[in-house]
Amino acid sequence: MRVFETDLVVFRRSWHSYLISGLSQPFLYLVSMGIGLGVYVNRNGGLPGGVSYIDYVAPALLVTQAMMAAAAESAWPIMGKIEWDKTYIAALNTPVRVGDLLVGDLIWIGFRATLLSVLFLVVILALGAAASPLVLLAVPVAILTALAFAAPIMAFTATQKGDAGFNALFRFGITPLFLFSGTFFPIEKLPEVVQPLAWVTPLYHGVAVARSLSLGEVDPIGWAVHIGALLACFVAGFAVARITFRRRMVV
Amino acid sequence: MLEPADQTAPLIRARGLTKRFGSFTAVDEIDFDVAPGEAFGFLGPNGAGKTSTMRMIGTVSPATAGELSIFGLDPRQDGASIRARLGVVPQADTLDTELSVIENLLVFGRYFGLSWAESRRRATELLDFVQLTERSKDRVEPLSGGMKRRLVIARALINEPSLLLLDEPTTGLDPQARHLVWDRLYRLKQRGVTLCLTTHYMDEAEQLCDRLVVMDCAKIVAHGSPRELIEKYVSREVLELRFRRAEGETDDSAHLDGQLEGLAERVEQLPDRVLVYTSDGEAVAAAAYERGLRPSSVLVRRSTLEDVFLRLTGRSLVE
Repeated sequence: MRVFETDLVVFRRSWHSYLISGLSQPFLYLVSMGIGLGVYVNRNGGLPGGVSYIDYVAPALLVTQAMMAAAAESAWPIMGKIEWDKTYIAALNTPVRVGDLLVGDLIWIGFRATLLSVLFLVVILALGAAASPLVLLAVPVAILTALAFAAPIMAFTATQKGDAGFNALFRFGITPLFLFSGTFFPIEKLPEVVQPLAWVTPLYHGVAVARSLSLGEVDPIGWAVHIGALLACFVAGFAVARITFRRRMVV
Repeated sequence: MLEPADQTAPLIRARGLTKRFGSFTAVDEIDFDVAPGEAFGFLGPNGAGKTSTMRMIGTVSPATAGELSIFGLDPRQDGASIRARLGVVPQADTLDTELSVIENLLVFGRYFGLSWAESRRRATELLDFVQLTERSKDRVEPLSGGMKRRLVIARALINEPSLLLLDEPTTGLDPQARHLVWDRLYRLKQRGVTLCLTTHYMDEAEQLCDRLVVMDCAKIVAHGSPRELIEKYVSREVLELRFRRAEGETDDSAHLDGQLEGLAERVEQLPDRVLVYTSDGEAVAAAAYERGLRPSSVLVRRSTLEDVFLRLTGRSLVE
C-alpha cells in the first residue's frame, strides 16, 4: 500500500494532464471510429441485430485503452524503478519486501485503469453510445483486463536488461492485439488459422464481455468463461512476476 | 526480543560469511564483529567483496554460507525487523527523480511505517542537518553530486537507525563535499549511531574508522585500528627518493642495486621513485647521501593507511 502511495505522490503533480488526455482520447476515438467510420458501416444495413457501429466499438475501445495504458505502465516505468533510477532497490532497504513492490504497483496500475475507464465511460454516456445501463460494469471488466496484462508484462520486465525488448513486445504483441482482438470487427472475420490466437489473448475476453454488457445481452455462461480467462491470466502472470521479481532483486 | 541482552554484545557478528554468484566467490569465509557505537570500515580495492558484504548485512542479499547476525537477529528470518533499524546509503544514489527533495524523504518515512506528519517533521529536521533546506521543493535531477549524496544520507536517517551502512559514501565528490559528509557522519557517531562503511579512500578510513578490515580477493587480509595497521604492516615513516634519469637509462633505480641495503626495514622500487620504509627517514636519507647516492628529490613523510593498503593488496591495477 505504501508503494502505491509513492505513485500517488508523483500523480499529484500531473493529474490534470491525465484528466485532459483521459477525456480527449476517447472523444477523438469515438468520433472518428464510431461516428466517422460508422457512417459507412451503418449504410450497409448496420451490424447484425441493427447495432450501430459506435455502440459496437465504444465498449471495446474502453477496455482496449485501459489495457494499452496498463501495458505501457508495466514496461518502462517498472524498468526505471528496477534499473535506471533503482528506486525499487532503495525501497528494499526498508521493511518493504519484494512482494510489496509488485502488489503496490499493480494497485497503482489498477487505479490508473479505473480512472481512464471512468473517464471513457463519461464520454460514452455523453455521446449516447451505450444501449444498456450494464455498460457501467464495463469499468470493472476494463480494470481486470488491464491487470491481466499488467501482471505478465511486469513479470517480463523483470527479466529484461534494457528497454529493447519492449519495442518488440509492443510491435509484435500489444499493437496487433489492439487491432485484431475483436475491437473493430468480430474475430470470426479473421482467417480461421489465427482465430484460436485471439482466443488465448486476454484482450479478446475483456472486449467480448464489455461489449455484451454494453449492448445489453445477457449471457452469464459466456461472461463467466471470459472473466475466468482474464482471472487466470492475471493469477498466472502474478505468480510468474513474483518469481522473476525475486530473481532479479534478491541476489 | 529485539535488543541484545548484553549491551556489549556485537551489533553485527559474522562467522565464515560467504557469498557466491554461480562459480564466482565474492566473499570467502570472513569473520568480523562490529561493536555498538563504533565506526567500522571495510577497506579494499574494487571487486574485493566489500559491497557484497554490505548487502548481506543490509539483508537484501542472502548469504550463501556462514553465520551472520545483526542486532542479534537472523537476516533470513527477521529481514524486515532488521531493516526497520538500519539506515542504508547505497553506492548508487537511487533517488526517485520523479519526486522533489523532501518527497524523497517523506515516501521513505512511509515505507518505515511513520505517519505523514511524523515523516514531515523528521524530513524537515534532516534537510536542515544535511544543509538542503533551501532545495526542499526542488526536483532531484539538477542537484550536484554532493547534494544528492547528502540527500541519500538524510533519507537513510529517516527511521532514526541505530546502525548506518554506507557503501563508498564519498566516491566522486569534490573535497568540500567530502568534508561536509565526513563532518555529518562524525556528528552521527557522536550521537551513538554505529557506522559501518566501505571505502577505497585511505584518508576517509583514517578520518572516520575506529577499526577496519582490509579485504582483498574476497578475504579479510588484515584488521585493526588505522594506527595498529600502520604499526604492524609498515614502518613509522617513509622516505621517498627520486633520481634524475640518466641518458638512455630506462630504469632509474637500476644503479641502486644493493646501495640502500641494510639502511631500512624494507625498500620498494617503483618506476618513478624508491620508497624506503624506516622509523627515521631523515637518518636514512643522510646515510644514503654518505654512500654517494644523489637523489634529485627527498621527501620524508609519516606512513599512512595507503602504504598499508598497497603493501597488502599489491600495486597492480585490479579491474
